[in-house]
Amino acid sequence: MSVPEPSETPVSLTTPLSDEDVLALRAGQPVLITGAVYTARDAAHQRMFEALGRGEELPFDVRGEVIYYVGPTPTPPGHVIGAAGPTSAGRMDRYTPPLLKRGMKGMIGKGPRSEEVREALKRHKAVYFGGLGGAGALLARQITAVEMIAYEDLGTEAIRRLEVEQFPAVVINDCHGGDAYAEARARWQRV
Amino acid sequence: MKEVSAAEITAKVAELCIRACTVLPPDVVAAMESARDLEESALGREVLSRLLENARLAADESIPMCQDTGLAVVFVEMGEDVRVNDGHLRDAIAEGVREGYERGYLRKSVVHSPLNRCNTGDNTPPVICTEIVPGETLKITVAAKGAGSENMSRLKMMAPADGEAAVKQFVRETVERAGASACPPVVVGVGLGGSFEQCALIAKKALLRPLHDSGPHPEAAKLEAELLDAINSTGIGPMGVGGRITALAVKVETAPCHIASMPVAVNLQCHAARHAEHTWE
Repeated sequence: MSVPEPSETPVSLTTPLSDEDVLALRAGQPVLITGAVYTARDAAHQRMFEALGRGEELPFDVRGEVIYYVGPTPTPPGHVIGAAGPTSAGRMDRYTPPLLKRGMKGMIGKGPRSEEVREALKRHKAVYFGGLGGAGALLARQITAVEMIAYEDLGTEAIRRLEVEQFPAVVINDCHGGDAYAEARARWQRV
Repeated sequence: MKEVSAAEITAKVAELCIRACTVLPPDVVAAMESARDLEESALGREVLSRLLENARLAADESIPMCQDTGLAVVFVEMGEDVRVNDGHLRDAIAEGVREGYERGYLRKSVVHSPLNRCNTGDNTPPVICTEIVPGETLKITVAAKGAGSENMSRLKMMAPADGEAAVKQFVRETVERAGASACPPVVVGVGLGGSFEQCALIAKKALLRPLHDSGPHPEAAKLEAELLDAINSTGIGPMGVGGRITALAVKVETAPCHIASMPVAVNLQCHAARHAEHTWE
């Protein structure tokens, strides 16, 4: 499987995602995501993981949903949200398989995932998107609404529901075993 | 004797925090523009264009370019003939960080204890590195250090017998392991020699050098050029999408070390190489 040509036009996706949406995606494919996504990073993941360990419900139904690994800056007056770009996904690896098992369909972050996560993506038909790291000011423009969902005491790390419009990302790990980072390196490295 | 008031230091540090997080330094913008022109991968060029657009937007609207507005790492060069009036240097700096992060709508990203993980709520305390120098000048540099690149940094106590090849391998491997997590194109600060802690500190200080300069002596300059070539051969490219530009620059600082030691520290810096400085003369 090869990385699609850069000229390939982005595929529009609307959340929540179905199995069919996920099955059609291939590593390297640019996408534009519209709909609700949920923010969660280190601290919120730890709490969700502990809640599951105690047999409790999660603060939102993850079935079909996309989690965006982001901790935004405080919202300045006149804005919907502060800077809001992706954080490194690898730190959430250990908390991810149980969420995938419960039907989560996508994650937006940056950087590589563990083998366990990549295997779980195949098993549960889900996808990992890479966002544009370090472009928090630009990406905030694609966010049209913010609603607090849970763990408000965590501040920037709370779970929020974001409405996004045409949010740009690239499929990094698809549910067929494709890995855009590895494929890009294979194409561009000099030996 | 030069006198500077604590209130003046606080006001300036607050301003430096906000400027560092909203305005990318001109040498970094120039390096990113040059990278965009040199990049052969179309996807890589597009990523670089958007990052430049992001930097313009942040500066124009005075909003943070990245949501990770960092741990404030403050470097102080204080002349022996400088006195701080009406307060203490460290308190004045911490207060400046507190004010700047509040007023600038910057993220509060510091926890009290690495284990209890409770946010301090005001992005303090900063990390302050003070150096006493001759004269009457006071120079303060604020670097907003994000964790994405910091977390992928490494230090190794090598043996002298490992030699230059092992040093190069370690630096390249550090960038490869980091991949897109460090937000490439990165700036790579390399500390070579010194003691354990000095090695890490000079690696960090290397990140403050202008991106277009070259090493402090021919040995460092040569190593910088060779490392940059090795890193840009990895194919990782801008944000890991593949391409020729994985690093904007490699900066090597060396220090004398023990006959038995060869410490190597690699401090990675994301493309948002944010720092701002002020000098009282």
